[in-house]
Amino acid sequence: MKPALFDYLRPDDEEEVLEALAEAGDDARLLAGGQTLMPMLNMRLVEPAVLIDISRLPGRAEIEDNGNFIEVGETVTQASLESWPTLAERTPLLAQALPLLGHVQTRSRGTVCGSIAFADPSAELPLCLATLGGEVVLRSRSGTRTLPAAEFQTGMLSTACREDEMVAAVRFPTAEPGAGYAFTEFARRHGDFAVVAIAAIARANGIRIGVGGVAEQPVVRDWPLLAGSALDDALNALAWSLDAADDVHASARYRRELVRRLGKQTVAAALEARL
Amino acid sequence: MKRLDRESRHRVALTLNGREANGWAEPRMLLSDFLRHELGATGTHVGCEHGVCGACTVRLDGAPVRACLTLAVQADGRRVDTVEGLASNGELNDLQKAFRRHHALQCGFCTAGILMSLDAWLESNPAPDEGEVRALLSGHLCRCTGYTGIVAAALDAAEARRREDGP
Repeated sequence: MKPALFDYLRPDDEEEVLEALAEAGDDARLLAGGQTLMPMLNMRLVEPAVLIDISRLPGRAEIEDNGNFIEVGETVTQASLESWPTLAERTPLLAQALPLLGHVQTRSRGTVCGSIAFADPSAELPLCLATLGGEVVLRSRSGTRTLPAAEFQTGMLSTACREDEMVAAVRFPTAEPGAGYAFTEFARRHGDFAVVAIAAIARANGIRIGVGGVAEQPVVRDWPLLAGSALDDALNALAWSLDAADDVHASARYRRELVRRLGKQTVAAALEARL
Repeated sequence: MKRLDRESRHRVALTLNGREANGWAEPRMLLSDFLRHELGATGTHVGCEHGVCGACTVRLDGAPVRACLTLAVQADGRRVDTVEGLASNGELNDLQKAFRRHHALQCGFCTAGILMSLDAWLESNPAPDEGEVRALLSGHLCRCTGYTGIVAAALDAAEARRREDGP
């Protein structure tokens, strides 16, 4: 339960980070908040030769409101996004999801970009990003590129981020006028990874629903304004399409039932939240 | 860029409960082990070592964090507060006294972490309700008390502080 040996680098700016990454390649891991990486190091699930600590990188802990989206820098913690004064107004989905993410004591260190980069299928932030249709800014010595969420996350714990790249920022689209947002999840204990998590956006002419915790990555669907049995049928078809599997936390059947029930509740809550 | 070699031990100097303290750490040494083995501050307990049980929670520059998910070298130059810093002149602080009054501990293994979480959290949440206290406690495991006494102690301490700060 102690990490294997590694060299520790603490770069003074982003340029040095990218240099160190280019040099070490897949022998290196970036340490931001460490709330996922540190347990993996302690359990020796990963044994990098070099650890690059970016947690105190100057100037990268900023949240910028760019009108159409908020841009969250690579060292912004989940706690500082949660306490960003206009969060509930600008990105109501995040305001609902963040309190469910881990615990006060882990959000104080865990970063937003780190959660996106790790791409856990049950994690709240990748589900929010996928459902909102956000973007991920990747940076390496050869330049910067921006990928839509759907192209960034390629599967369970896998992303399009190259070995020499870092997630430099994440962009969450801001609330659309008149739209309603809702986020719900079921977990065995508050703060645990969700067995099933649902994000929903209700617009004047349709519903968008995102499901986490079942498939290998968040699954997003756009529907017209369904109601009653048409909504039940759509949720049932969605639940079956996710290829749910049995595991120690829940059976596949139970997960499908959660998708149907939580799905219905979350869509109702999003419709209710429309202005 | 700071570079610390994996095999060497490096000087780590921090402010522990208001006093300067220092010791030696390999890059891989956890803050929890540094506090206990290098600085002799054994009030911080180590449970799961993957961030789940909350026993090792300390305050790093004021924020409640898992010492087992923080490297000792990351705490260099920073302020660390542990359970040893709560009492003053041999007298328990108000939160600790509330824990005793409400039987909020039995074996005490989880207690240090819970006290440090509450110590930080009550500063920004001076008027919590029971649900909020329970949500905070979701970051800690206690196998003795069933949490009832801990919730009561937290609510009691918060109320007493509000009365003190009141008009």
